[in-house]
Amino acid sequence: MLTYATKRALIAILTLLAASLVVFAMLEIVPGDPARLMLGMNATEDAVHNLQEQMGLNQPLAIRYFSWLGGLLTGDLGKSYTYSVPVFDLIKERVAVSLPLAVISLALSTLIALPVGIFAASKRGKFSGTLAMGVAQVGVAIPNFWFALLLVYLFAVTLRLVPAGGFPGWGAGFGVSLKSLILPSIALALPQAAILARVTRSALLEVLGEDYIRTARAKGLSRRQVLYRHALRNALIPVLTILGLQFAFLLAGTIIIENVFYLPGLGRLVFQAITQRDLIVVEGVVMLLIATLILVNLLVDLSYAIVDPRLRGRS
Amino acid sequence: MSIGNALANRSFCVGLIVTSLIALVALVSFVWTPYPVGALDIAGKLKPPSAAHWLGTDHFGRDILSMIMVGSRNSIAVASVSVAIGAGIGVPLGLWGAATGGFVDEVLMRLNDLVFAFPALLSAVMITAVFGPGAINAIIAIGIFNVPVFARVARAAALSLWSREFVIAAGAIGKSPARITRDHILPNLASLLIVQATIQFSLGILAEAGLSYVGLGSQPPMPSWGRMLFEAQTMIGLAPHIALFPGLAIVITVLGFNLLGDGLRDVLDPKFQ
Repeated sequence: MLTYATKRALIAILTLLAASLVVFAMLEIVPGDPARLMLGMNATEDAVHNLQEQMGLNQPLAIRYFSWLGGLLTGDLGKSYTYSVPVFDLIKERVAVSLPLAVISLALSTLIALPVGIFAASKRGKFSGTLAMGVAQVGVAIPNFWFALLLVYLFAVTLRLVPAGGFPGWGAGFGVSLKSLILPSIALALPQAAILARVTRSALLEVLGEDYIRTARAKGLSRRQVLYRHALRNALIPVLTILGLQFAFLLAGTIIIENVFYLPGLGRLVFQAITQRDLIVVEGVVMLLIATLILVNLLVDLSYAIVDPRLRGRS
Repeated sequence: MSIGNALANRSFCVGLIVTSLIALVALVSFVWTPYPVGALDIAGKLKPPSAAHWLGTDHFGRDILSMIMVGSRNSIAVASVSVAIGAGIGVPLGLWGAATGGFVDEVLMRLNDLVFAFPALLSAVMITAVFGPGAINAIIAIGIFNVPVFARVARAAALSLWSREFVIAAGAIGKSPARITRDHILPNLASLLIVQATIQFSLGILAEAGLSYVGLGSQPPMPSWGRMLFEAQTMIGLAPHIALFPGLAIVITVLGFNLLGDGLRDVLDPKFQ
């Protein structure tokens, strides 16, 4: 278990380092001088020079990379050019919107998908099972931002049950803030739930065809006992893999969904930064998201070993 | 696979019909659309579906059906080129890793993990931040995202083929790994790769729509389904139909390709039947 965990962790750290090189290099291949690019055509020479100084552009490449990397480790992501505040503070503020959104959506999607997948697998060949998978098939094809628009039209514009967009801030009260995250989380969760339900079903069906399932039935366990005690546990590995991948899609999804609902999260931040050419902010947000993805995938890898003891011995 | 088998598969048939119709619509849009695409008619704006405008008009009075027809070209082009990029780079890398093994394979797989850490949207964000938005950047971002997917599928399947007797036999009569890969591995992978390409194609349609929606995809005046939805957003209270139809176009296209992919997998891989 320990060797497996260490190896996975090492790979994750190496991937993270390599990713940081890629992100850093992206800004190096900016055509022309990044300082001039950020300031625009009409900038004075002095302003450009100051920004170059601030970004450390007059230092050698390697030194700049390592000081940037050191900054990342200590939470110093540089200073936003447009907001004139540390990028770390900007991100901290926005994560308070994006992270709850992603987590609620992931929980919601899992809570919907697992029962539906199990149901469809146990009703294989029956009308109800086929219907459930038909709905899931359509769900997979629905873009979350379009689904979000439909939800806004139905629940915010027509029924006026929830706000169509905006976010009061956690300071304005937990209830009202949570209320403005309801539609965005549903919009994000349902298409993901459709994918997860399909994976759960096919993983379960694969396991249910195994010999040990027949043995379990033969020794007198009920269909239900076999499903929950033997099949579900063995079907969890592919489900976990997809859950890890889904987190990546959810994070990307939050970025898009925030634009539908005008939520002040990381997505809004990064798109504003792109329009304003605030590359330092873009760099910080992208790096944070990639680090999160790598960490989540590491956790998924480690959880395999918890679910499947056979993996613990392997290094 | 036989044609009879394929036609007996419901997913395959429905998928084939839907995707053929979409391809037909895209082709027709080159020679005919109900109205010239982008023709403005401010007096006739936000009209609901009618005999003159089957799917209604948008906030500039443009015919929505014409825009959806022309927009399909954009979606199909972006999705197919990015699948070609993904397969063109990913498949050779996966085959190379499987054929060589050892250090090369390990390095290739770690590189794969690295690229995998960049979802299409994040690549698109970085590329756009540096080079500005555009359809080409969307293609590159989605294409990069496709590379590790194809590399993994090709490598995993090739690895299992390398232990099969006919491949070992080919090695025994002195064929080089490169020739074995070309003559024996690749032909046996083709069906699997076609299925994967179908899946990545429909993911590409979704990704392109998402990128255009947030302004990172194709730019005006080229109509795109994602941007039509973005423009519809503020008008949704007044004219919900302009947000409805481009979304339906996306759903039907993605659904069609998913059904085709599912059907193909069932037909080509007897294990799933």
